[in-house]
Amino acid sequence: MVEPFVLWRRLVGAQIRSQLQYRASFVLDLAGSFLISFVDFLAVLVIFHNVPRLGEWSVEEVAFLYALSSISFAVTDLAIGHLDQFPQKIRDGNFDILLVRPRGSLYQVIASDFQLRRLGKAAQGLLVLGYALAALHVDWDPGRVAMLVVMIPAGVVLFSSVWVIGACLSFWTTDGGEFTNAFTYGGAFMAQYPIDIYGTWLRRFLCYIVPLGFVCYFPALYILDKRDPLGLPRFLEFSSPFVALLAALVAGTIWRGAVRHYRSAGG
Amino acid sequence: MRLDWEIAKRGWRRYAAYPWATAAGVFTNTVFGFLQAYILLALFEHRSDVGGYDAADTVTYVWLAQALIMTVYIFGWQELALRIRDGSIATDLSRPLDPQRYWLAFDLGRAPYHFVFRGLLPFLVGGLVFELHYPTPLDLAAFIASVTLAVVVSLGFRFLYNSSAFWLLDIRGVMTVAITVNLFLSGMVMPISFFPDWLRTVAHALPFAAILQTPVDVWLGKHDGWGLAGVLALQVFWAFLLLGLGRLTLRAGTRRLEVQGG
Repeated sequence: MVEPFVLWRRLVGAQIRSQLQYRASFVLDLAGSFLISFVDFLAVLVIFHNVPRLGEWSVEEVAFLYALSSISFAVTDLAIGHLDQFPQKIRDGNFDILLVRPRGSLYQVIASDFQLRRLGKAAQGLLVLGYALAALHVDWDPGRVAMLVVMIPAGVVLFSSVWVIGACLSFWTTDGGEFTNAFTYGGAFMAQYPIDIYGTWLRRFLCYIVPLGFVCYFPALYILDKRDPLGLPRFLEFSSPFVALLAALVAGTIWRGAVRHYRSAGG
Repeated sequence: MRLDWEIAKRGWRRYAAYPWATAAGVFTNTVFGFLQAYILLALFEHRSDVGGYDAADTVTYVWLAQALIMTVYIFGWQELALRIRDGSIATDLSRPLDPQRYWLAFDLGRAPYHFVFRGLLPFLVGGLVFELHYPTPLDLAAFIASVTLAVVVSLGFRFLYNSSAFWLLDIRGVMTVAITVNLFLSGMVMPISFFPDWLRTVAHALPFAAILQTPVDVWLGKHDGWGLAGVLALQVFWAFLLLGLGRLTLRAGTRRLEVQGG
């Protein structure tokens, strides 16, 4: 049971050591990833320069959603963001190598890269979270603290599941990788804002079919003690961890099915 | 001129070779268009005018920005930088056509492909779902001229930051800064008209607005008569300035170019 984690730590540890070899280049990359992710928050600030509230939400509340989506997404990106390059592995036949090794193929793909520079994005999210928490005066109790602690890993699992399912697409089309971007990068962007402002059909699609509304929106309603402007049942506020587990199961099943039907391009 | 035309055709074909990548890009642009359209429409819940834009102008801005994102190539471009790093630039410099003119011709072939195949479809989808602002024939003609100029300004800017590879070899850091500044100050993330006054002044004094905000505002009919001629002239000015600076950098870089091995 412990062995996969030990192995993962060794593989990722080696990646990190190699990335730290070029110190100046690493620091620049880190700063760059911090800077570019800041643009999205500038957009939030520009919006609230023009209006005091976006729908039913204040700037501090949107900052809270924004920060949690950014942090969850940054951690996902850190650990499995290299799935973006997965179609390349299929195209050049390198995926076949993984299939003959005595570990799961998804496990190997995930452990094959780890981009530490993406911490810059997470740092930006933490900074915004600090601002939001300082400005919000949340009435903290054990339940709310627990929710805050649980919602980030749940968000990571949700984003990861979507990313893995997206990567499965490349078993069928190798140059359509950007389809996935709509759900991964698009999903993170969507979760930065309160979902009640989206059109009904888009909201249903992005909340229930691709369950990204559970990354921030529902847990945030509970922490901020906010009445859902959509009037949805309250148990949804507590369901993120369960939806995350379900999503992970679905993603795992789809991956296994896709690998079973995989035909190598040869090479 | 004949040579430029041939290079431009290759620019078009390079991207036309991957239809699935184009389809996937169209899908992604459309999803982002919907998200941004709903977010910005929420601003109009309690008011009918933000920085001179009404709701229809704003949604039109969103879909035009998504349609132009590839045409004016806001995101990273480092083809020149990679050629400088691996030394291929030495071959390019010995050709009868200088690298800047080559990439300009190539880009003017690439841009129409992206305009037609990455731009039109998301815009049409947006037009089916939302009420958009459509231009007068004169504004449409000016828009096409303005987009063409925007591509030249954008290439001028990309060529310039790529040239830093003569000194730095690895331009990733420079490129990230360049993309960040361009994304925000071109009006790609938010219309410049929504900015606070001081920031709007800054944005209009820099060349980035000429890459996206100017063509969008021309489509929306925000300029007419001499004002319209003025913004197009400003785009021409930025195009010449950036291409000129790129040329000087190329000359300085060539003098210190050192190709390893061979």
